[in-house]
Amino acid sequence: MKLLISTFILGVLYSIFLLGSENQLEVGALVILAFFVSLLGKKIGLMEKLASEVRQHPHFPAYASIAGVFILALVFHNSHFALLMLTTVLIYSTVCLGLNIQFGYVGIVNFAGAAFFGIGSYTAAVLATHTAVPHLMILLAAAGVSALIGSILIYPVLRTRGHYAALVTIAFGILFRNFLEVNDTLGGPQGMKIPPLNLFGWNLSDGIEIGGFEISFYIPYLLVALVLLILSFRLTRNLERSWLGLSMDMVRTDEIAASTFGVNIAHWKIVAFTLGNFIAGMAGALYGMMTSYVAPNNFTFADSLILVSIVILGGIGNPWGIIPAAAIVVILPEKLQFIQEYRFLLYAIVVILILLFRPDGLLPRRIREYFPGKKAGDHK
Amino acid sequence: MIQQNNIILEARNLTMRFGGVTALDSLNLHVNEGEVLGLLGPNGSGKTTFFNVITGLYHATSGGVSFRGVDITDASAQEVYRAAITRTFQRSRLSLPLTVFDNIAIGDNRRLNTGLIFNLLRRKQFKQEYERVVEQVNQLLMTFNPKLANKIFEPVASLPMIDRRRIEICRALISEPDLLLLDEPSAGMTHDETAEVMNDILQVRSKIKPFTIILIEHEMGLIQRMTERCIVLNYGKKIAEGTYDEIVNNPEVQIAYLGQE
Repeated sequence: MKLLISTFILGVLYSIFLLGSENQLEVGALVILAFFVSLLGKKIGLMEKLASEVRQHPHFPAYASIAGVFILALVFHNSHFALLMLTTVLIYSTVCLGLNIQFGYVGIVNFAGAAFFGIGSYTAAVLATHTAVPHLMILLAAAGVSALIGSILIYPVLRTRGHYAALVTIAFGILFRNFLEVNDTLGGPQGMKIPPLNLFGWNLSDGIEIGGFEISFYIPYLLVALVLLILSFRLTRNLERSWLGLSMDMVRTDEIAASTFGVNIAHWKIVAFTLGNFIAGMAGALYGMMTSYVAPNNFTFADSLILVSIVILGGIGNPWGIIPAAAIVVILPEKLQFIQEYRFLLYAIVVILILLFRPDGLLPRRIREYFPGKKAGDHK
Repeated sequence: MIQQNNIILEARNLTMRFGGVTALDSLNLHVNEGEVLGLLGPNGSGKTTFFNVITGLYHATSGGVSFRGVDITDASAQEVYRAAITRTFQRSRLSLPLTVFDNIAIGDNRRLNTGLIFNLLRRKQFKQEYERVVEQVNQLLMTFNPKLANKIFEPVASLPMIDRRRIEICRALISEPDLLLLDEPSAGMTHDETAEVMNDILQVRSKIKPFTIILIEHEMGLIQRMTERCIVLNYGKKIAEGTYDEIVNNPEVQIAYLGQE
């Protein structure tokens, strides 16, 4: 427990320094520090110790992470940029949880993640501009539309396997962006404005003052993003730790053996694909409302690649890997301005290095425990 | 009403062509309820193709298969499984990253509740079902081979070949099938290991229920010991049928295996 708490405190301090620093040298130093700490940690077997502690306190990481977000929100209560980044990390993590259900469990690599994210944003833009649908409902509606449009792809995805299914999604991603650019009702290449999120009659983009404290308008977005992330995380977790995860793993690892034991391959692919797109669309709607503007250029194939690389970097199939991976991919290029232009070069290098030296990602998926932490070894 | 020759599976003029290759050529055969039938023949004689056609992985070019009088010629793999026919594969087809428990539990798929709401939201009820399945898998492993029961939550990748074969057989047995298709259980194992696994199977068979078995095998000792009746295939055709002694002395079988002088 001591180890867990000290790791937590160090993690929060590190995040505060990283998000708060405005000097590229500082950020560079922090990155190098993280690199050496991880090397050192590997030497002294820190990861194993942490893993065994987590096994004893299986709920610690979740509560600690939520507490961490609140602490960061408190520290940066009026710093727009830090909060924007933090919220973006949470939203990207949510999308990637969706992609992870497709990629990590059932084995469909979705290279149109940004397209489904974009469908969510555009749906939010249209609904919020032209209708009086309550904004929380818009999040759900956007998710639904994203899942629905995804169903166009179900037939070709079911008819193809592996790389070919991936090609289908690439084609769709490109098609989607092209459609947006030439379609005038959706604003064409200029895109659309989105009214800010309005919760129960409270316009979130107004500045807020509580007891003399001025609070950034990003705080409410952060909280909504946190709720969405927690919900998607719970969903992914329960899915993995149930017959659903088992069936999907069977589909991914051996379709022939799976169908011989009555696993309906098409059914699970459809469930995973739809669920993943649903989550991506929901996250996209919130992101659109937060940035108050959508344009085709935000949802390119390159953005889809970033999403897939987050899943790979984190550890395919492990929801816990996604959050640090999203943090690295979102925050570093923003902080290290000199990288900004070489962003995609950096991602490419990171993906190659990860696949070469740590093919299972930063936090590799562990074997399934349906109810971890309870009476371990009871059935031996 | 248990008759002695109650037919459980019947193939009529079963033909399977892959382009110019005829893997099964108007095959006629039947399997009796409760027997252990040996299916023999040289490599490429159509034994595994026969299994793949029955289990819905291939769809027969012509002819038909019926199981307990119901036509299953065009049934999908899932439907065949639900009709209580299970199988093992010649080359191990386990999911290596998954645990022993996972690999066996999926074998009982037809009795698992895979509803979305149940699995995602009703965790308490799911836990009850989960504990029942753990108990069931554990029981089977204890009956089958108690040493394996200690490894129930270990990934299959960490186990030796013989244990993997056992797990594959357990996966086929957990749903208490009526017909078990064993595709060369001795492949990749030593003589003694095969004997061990076979004893395990016979033991489970005597304890759970006397299910019917079709056994594809090259090892003659095993055929002699396990089977009551044998069918020999060559070029997708049945060339002999009878007890072990009858078929080993059949000149046509000898020619098929050893060639003609």
